[in-house]
Amino acid sequence: MIQSLNIIPISYYLYFCSVLFSIGVIGVLIKRNALLILMSIELMINSINLLLAAFSAYLNDPAGQIFVFFIMVVAAAEVAIGLAIVVLIFRTTHSIDINVLNKLKW
Amino acid sequence: MMFTKYIFYLLSILAIYSALMVLISRKPIHSVLYLTLTFFAIAGHYILLNAQFLAVVHIIVYAGAIMVLFLFTVMLLNLNKDERSQKPMWVKAAAILSGMMLMLVLIAVFRGYDIQVISNPALNQLGLVKNLGNVLYKDYLVPFELSSILFLTAMVGAVMLGKKEQI
Repeated sequence: MIQSLNIIPISYYLYFCSVLFSIGVIGVLIKRNALLILMSIELMINSINLLLAAFSAYLNDPAGQIFVFFIMVVAAAEVAIGLAIVVLIFRTTHSIDINVLNKLKW
Repeated sequence: MMFTKYIFYLLSILAIYSALMVLISRKPIHSVLYLTLTFFAIAGHYILLNAQFLAVVHIIVYAGAIMVLFLFTVMLLNLNKDERSQKPMWVKAAAILSGMMLMLVLIAVFRGYDIQVISNPALNQLGLVKNLGNVLYKDYLVPFELSSILFLTAMVGAVMLGKKEQI
């Protein structure tokens, strides 16, 4: 059953997901477009989903994949609300630059 | 078995390249299309893990629903122009530096990490629809029903936010 020489090591998935997550973090930090920030958040969510599915498959536990399913549900709801808010911001300020949104800052 | 390793490398490089292109592209619509490419590469990873149900759901939800929503927003708001207002250069440099440091720390933490792998993902039947459906409707029935309430709430919220007249 255990063929540790023949399967992809779990650490490869850890490295790959770390890189993808860091790219998402960099995107959130450098972008000013609200739409691109939402996209970077999607990247981070996807890297975590892949890691959960990988651990679930390697440890033979279906709970991880069920959890990925629920994360997808929440992500879909989050994107729907987030894009509605982006449209609302665009309608009031005619821009989706997040630096316009500093009225509540101080 | 070396074959799956090559597929893994190919999909990883494709995913990382297109994720970088999401950030590098000047136009938002190119970013959306590159993000779709990333999602397809990750769906390939799910198939490689023999999580077929997740792969199909991932393609339907992300490439089918979320990306269409993003594309509609970009096109309806007519946002497809170059980003002129960038952040200052030092903010960008600091952001990239701190992101690289996060990546370095994560990789250093995970280096040499090796769990006792107890199953081969290519052989077990874990991610098939039959198995996951059994688990979902036996052990996780209440969260599944609650997620439908979450969707209803999100739908009501999106419609309320998108309405033209103020409430």
